[in-house]
Parts: sequence; C-alpha cells; structure tokens
Amino acid sequence: MQNNLLSGLKEHENKLLTIWSQLLIDGGSDDGAVEEEESKEFASLFLKAAAAAEGKIQDSQEFEKVEDLIVGIASSRGKRGFSPRENAQYLITFKEAASKILSELIKDPEQLFDANLQLNAALDNMTILTFEAFMRGREDIISRQVDEISEISTPVITVWEGVVALPIIGTLDSSRTQIVMENLLQQIVDTGSSIAILDISGVPAVDSLVAQHLIKTVSATRLMGAECIISGIRPEIAQTVVHLGIDLTGIITKASLASALKTAFDMLQLSVVKRKIV
Amino acid sequence: MKSRIMTTISNSKEEALIVKEQDVVPLRNRVKEYGVKIGMSILNQTKLITATSELVRNLLKYGGGGKVIIESVSNGRDNGVRVTFIDNGPGIANVELAMKDGYSTGKSLGLGLPGTKRLVNEFDIKTELGNGTTVTITKWKNG
Ligand SMILES: Nc1ncnc2c1ncn2[C@@H]1O[C@H](COP(=O)(O)OP(=O)(O)OP(=O)(O)O)[C@@H](O)[C@H]1O
Ligand SMILES: [Mg+2]
Repeated sequence: MQNNLLSGLKEHENKLLTIWSQLLIDGGSDDGAVEEEESKEFASLFLKAAAAAEGKIQDSQEFEKVEDLIVGIASSRGKRGFSPRENAQYLITFKEAASKILSELIKDPEQLFDANLQLNAALDNMTILTFEAFMRGREDIISRQVDEISEISTPVITVWEGVVALPIIGTLDSSRTQIVMENLLQQIVDTGSSIAILDISGVPAVDSLVAQHLIKTVSATRLMGAECIISGIRPEIAQTVVHLGIDLTGIITKASLASALKTAFDMLQLSVVKRKIV
Repeated sequence: MKSRIMTTISNSKEEALIVKEQDVVPLRNRVKEYGVKIGMSILNQTKLITATSELVRNLLKYGGGGKVIIESVSNGRDNGVRVTFIDNGPGIANVELAMKDGYSTGKSLGLGLPGTKRLVNEFDIKTELGNGTTVTITKWKNG
C-alpha cells in the first residue's frame, strides 16, 4: 500500500487558499463572499481528509464528507448560474493550487509524481460528481416547471356572476384533463356558478381521446347541476370531428367564447343593452 | 425501395420510436411540419395530425409501442405525406370488426380506425395475430 503523500498539504491551507482564489479570479469565475466561504470550507475539509487518511484519501471516512460537500456546492453553484464547465474549473484550479504546493513540499521527483497521481485520482472523481449534481439540479428545475406550466395553463376565470370560463391551451392528455376537470368542478362549487364555458381555441387537434375527455368533463359538470358549453371550435376542428364520427350532439358547442357568453346570458335570462344617450 | 403504389416516389423520410405517451405530441408536430413543408391546407393538416394521433395512440395502447415512419411523397400530380405505424404487438383478430364504428376492446369510443380511414386519402392495414400491426396512411396536399 502506498503512503499518503497528500497529508503535508494541511499545514499550508492558507497558502493554498490564496493561490486557489487567485486562480479563480484569473479564470473570471469569482462569485465574491459566498464563493469564499464555500471554498474555505471545501479546502479545509479536503485537507483534513488528506491529513487523516492512511492510504488513499478516497478510501478514508472523511472523504465522504468532502464528496457530500462538493455535491452541495455544485448544485448551489448551478442554481446561481454557474455552468458545468465552471464547476469543473473550480476543482481543476484547486488541483492546480494543491499541485503547486506539493512541488514545493516534495523534492523527490518520483514521490512528487505519485503525490500528483493521488491528487488527480481524488479530484477527478469529484469532478464527475459535480456534473451529476448539476444535471440533477437542472432536472429538478424542469420537473418543477412542468408542474407550474400545467397549473398556469388551466386557469378558471369568473367571467360573470354565475359563469366560469376555462380556456384550454395545448394538448389535452389524460393527466391534464384530470387537472382541468378538478379545477373546473372546484371553481363551480366555490363560485356557486351554474354555467361553465370550456374554450378549446388553443387545442391543436381533437381526436377521439380528447373528445372523450371533453364529453366526460361535460357530464361531470352536469352532475354538479351546472351546464357546460364548449367554445372555440375552429372550422377545421369541426370538420375533422365530423369525419372521425364523434357525436357531440348532446353538447352545447359554440364557435367563439363571445357567442358562448351570449348563450350563457340567455340561459340566465340576462340581456346586454346599449345605453340610450339622452 | 419497396413502395405500395408504384408511381409514388418518396422524397424525404424519417423514423421515430414511440414508447410512451410523451412521444405523441413531438411526433404529431413532426408530421405537421411535413404537411406545412408541402403547403398543405390547415384543414388537411388537421385531418392528418388527428389521424396520426389516433394511430399512434393505438400503437401505444394495444401494440405496446413501436416505430413510426414519416415520408414526404409525390405521385407526379400531387404531393403528400405518408405515415406508417409499425408495432410488434398482439395483432388484430378480426380487422373487419375493428374497422367498424364503435367497436372497441378498450372501453373507448371505437372510432380510431374507421375515423382515421375517413380522414385520409389512402389507408392500409396489415395485421397478423401474434405478429403485430402495420397501418399506413397517406394524405395528399389537394386530397
Ligand atoms: N395496433 C393495434 N394492435 C392491436 N389491436 C389494435 C391495434 N389498433 C387497434 N386495435 C384493436 O382495434 C380496436 C378498434 O380500434 P379503434 O382505434 O378503432 O378504437 P379504440 O382504440 O378502441 O377506441 P378510440 O380509438 O375511439 O379511442 C381496438 O379496440 C383494438 O382492439
Ligand atoms: Mg384507438
């Protein structure tokens, strides 16, 4: 088993930090105070692990903490807008600084070579970890955005007392339909509405699945004692639906939201009149 | 290259693997792009993507996923888009029945196959029990 050649670094922690931060600033990826705190913590933990290790530093217990820390740093840097390249640069510059100190500490070329090998082995694996952490961070953001999009894209609007409207934009798949239906039914209860308008102007195609979802939503609305109007049926959608053979005869359908609203007013026995100017 | 209709030539072509519901929308958008490229009307585009939607959902639901080929074709008089849906699923026992309005083994409307046939200009289905199903549709620009 090879000796741990990195233990000597611990005594030169401050010097290493100075060189490292200079390299980071030269590389243009310095992030001020947060960066400095993070870097100090990382260097201190890494050197502690290096000093405590008996054989290879990666095998020591302490090293796990270093890995956890770098994963945390990488994802936090990712959120602050650092690229994976900059994250890798962060560790590469650390390696450069440590290597510089090693060459001052170890005079024997063979030993120095081995020491650098140990340093490389320890840090290369960490670089991979930072890539993985970065990817995970991005995936979290994407899945959160997916959730947010599906929520904002199904807003229920009260257009008049007793009338709610729900514009649907995009593809109505099964999971979206579920959200749409729940939102709509809840709003009907909350607002005490008796008419719901489902506007599909923003739906690119109505196939048998979407049609079935629409029919189900209408039935559910009716079960709650409210009426449901489907508006925004574009001419090409109307013709396609007919060719497909979908029967929408039991459903009130309108070409535009405006005409759906007019129908709603009629049902509520309301009328909009132009004011006479006297 | 083998072609079902002798006089039809294929201009550009691509393949897509379909394994999950999330693959449906991107495929539909690709098919639409082929229609837009040859100047297909909005009505015919809508018919084509609706047909695509039906067949790709069948491929997923009954065929357990598969492969879709999109082609830009021409027959000398007209340009069109041809889409082929290939799965290695259980196949269809009685095609005549499956092509009837309202027939469904999946508690659905049973309009996918017969409706698709009405939406496109050419419709071809080949299926064998235990050996999968291949459906080919063609929509001509002026069809
Ligand atoms: N690729 C396939 N592999 C095996 N069976 C199929 C395939 N496509 C269709 N079928 C069978 O044919 C039947 C009719 O298909 P069709 O698409 O017309 O109706 P559906 O899918 O049941 O309902 P809908 O499409 O209206 O939601 C299906 O219920 C299924 O039994
Ligand atoms: Mg179907």
